Amino acid sequence: MTTHAELGMNRTGIATSPKLTEEMLEGQKEFAPDAPGDERKISNTRSLTAQEWDTRIGSVPPPTTVKGAVKTGLTALKGESPTQFIDRLGARLAFERSGVRMYEALISKLDAGGSFKGGPTRADLETILNDEYEHFQLLVQALEHLGADPTVMTPSADLQATLSGGALQVLVEPRTDLAQCLEAALTLELIDNDSWAMLTTLASEAGQKELALRFERALSEEAAHLTAVRRWIAAAQGVSLSG
Amino acid sequence: MAIDLLKDRGTPLDQQRFTWKELVQPTYSKLDDDAFTRVRVILMNGIESDQLRFSHACSRMNRGLQRDLARLRRAEQHQQTMINWLNPADQTVLETTIGFEQVAIEVTAALALKEPDPYLAQVYRFGLLEDFDHMYRYSALMDRVEGKDPNNLLQSYTDILPGRPTPLEHRHPDDEIRAHYKRETADLRTKLHAYTLVASEFQTHDYYMTVGPTYSDPIGRQLYAEIASIEEQHVTQYESIIDAGETWLEKLLLLQATEVYNYYSCVESERNPRIKAIWERFLDYELGHVRYVADLFERYERRDAAEVLNASLPEAIDFVPHREFVRETLRNEVQLTAVGENFIPRQDEPLDSPSNQYRNQMNSEGTAAGRVSAGYIWAPGTELAHKRPQVTPDPTAVHA
Repeated sequence: MTTHAELGMNRTGIATSPKLTEEMLEGQKEFAPDAPGDERKISNTRSLTAQEWDTRIGSVPPPTTVKGAVKTGLTALKGESPTQFIDRLGARLAFERSGVRMYEALISKLDAGGSFKGGPTRADLETILNDEYEHFQLLVQALEHLGADPTVMTPSADLQATLSGGALQVLVEPRTDLAQCLEAALTLELIDNDSWAMLTTLASEAGQKELALRFERALSEEAAHLTAVRRWIAAAQGVSLSG
Repeated sequence: MAIDLLKDRGTPLDQQRFTWKELVQPTYSKLDDDAFTRVRVILMNGIESDQLRFSHACSRMNRGLQRDLARLRRAEQHQQTMINWLNPADQTVLETTIGFEQVAIEVTAALALKEPDPYLAQVYRFGLLEDFDHMYRYSALMDRVEGKDPNNLLQSYTDILPGRPTPLEHRHPDDEIRAHYKRETADLRTKLHAYTLVASEFQTHDYYMTVGPTYSDPIGRQLYAEIASIEEQHVTQYESIIDAGETWLEKLLLLQATEVYNYYSCVESERNPRIKAIWERFLDYELGHVRYVADLFERYERRDAAEVLNASLPEAIDFVPHREFVRETLRNEVQLTAVGENFIPRQDEPLDSPSNQYRNQMNSEGTAAGRVSAGYIWAPGTELAHKRPQVTPDPTAVHA
């Protein structure tokens, strides 16, 4: 089943109430704005507040064992600091863990309304869900290996959770269907692909060959997810993707 | 720091001034600040909101006080704004909910331990086990719907374990009315504890009623609805322990003293210096409010405020974890239910009691509290840290 937008009584546009809209516009001739200027005052407020507050979302805690961090060579990390690397690993971990729950929600959609021609099967979604779970476990191991606490919500983890919060809302909303939710999955997979690519590079640069290899494998699985989701979305629109 | 409620005059009301800019201060950090800073912010927002609520009710019933109360409310409302806006925007509705339940557990436990009236201490322990259970249900919701760890908020201070099961907490309204303290003889501590908990629970109820429908997942919407109903029961319970014979101004005076007591407790325990400065400032404001209301009390009732505020300020609320006390209460009292003003073992409650009938009706189509937490065991890093996701069709599902 794909999304079928149906004709109905949508009241949000002006075409359903032309007379009322005309009256609204008429009022503007009589009542002018009281404050001079334009929307740049909002931008100025943002910049000024950021400067004045001078606070951050949060920090990354020190490694649970300094010995562990030294032994694994984390301290010798080039480019980004070890702290930033841990921050990004923490973000991936939280994202993959939430990804498991998001694919559970997607499976619920499929169970509720079935799939559509060219759309995912339950087994397809279960495979991706299991990949997300394995990636989560991989990151738990990676952080422990580096002497970091995998239960921490790092600043980047927090921000990516805020970013993906909208996708989650779409996925668990009872009134959306599978095709609509695949668009939510697409935003998640796009973030995931870029983030894994970055992590793989960072791990290589840090001399973490074993980790870099495992991350590369995760990246190729994520790339396959992205391709599949794009194909399903295209199928839902009745088009096929070439290549 | 010793506070004298009537001698310390604080900041006079007419010198309590704000600007819009200072009402919106830098927030605390969800990740770096101590969980008890969040607990204090949530609690004090509740204390301020109850003061406004009561003051409006008082105004509706007392035309002669309307101007005096409007002046007082202006300061209180701005205090509430400054406090509530300390909550950071990256703290989701459900994360804040976890904070609300941590307030309910740790503050109720602290007050139960300090309460001199044994019956009221029992009332607090009774409510405590119910909020403790809400923490467990909301934690399961966060873990299983969002894949997030509730302990990122709790910082291991508060347990995530089942308490009195939420489906069993629903009772007939008549079984929410408790015996009340006597205004003439009750210890000042007793009064301040009761006012604190009414405020806290009222805020929790109002918060769930506001945010519940913003939760997208159906199990979450249902859970907020079920728990909001219990919070309404709790407000009913806690307001019933307050002597209804207190006059409007006597209550207003006690509310101001409650604010002093709570701000004083915050000052004593706050570790974030920027936020501590806010608590100190508002403690002074509230001492000014006590003086202001004491003047009204003496002018309109021709009674000495010292009749009501007849003791020194109680020891500060302990913003600390109460793990052992809560577990001990859980072991000994989880099987209790309320019948009228009394607490009895659930097994002694007649099957056809009003509360049993009410529960049977409300729970007859199932409960989200039960479904969301089926088999749930919290683990550091979420349930998925120790258990594979369950993706095969649920054999108990209707259409499986």
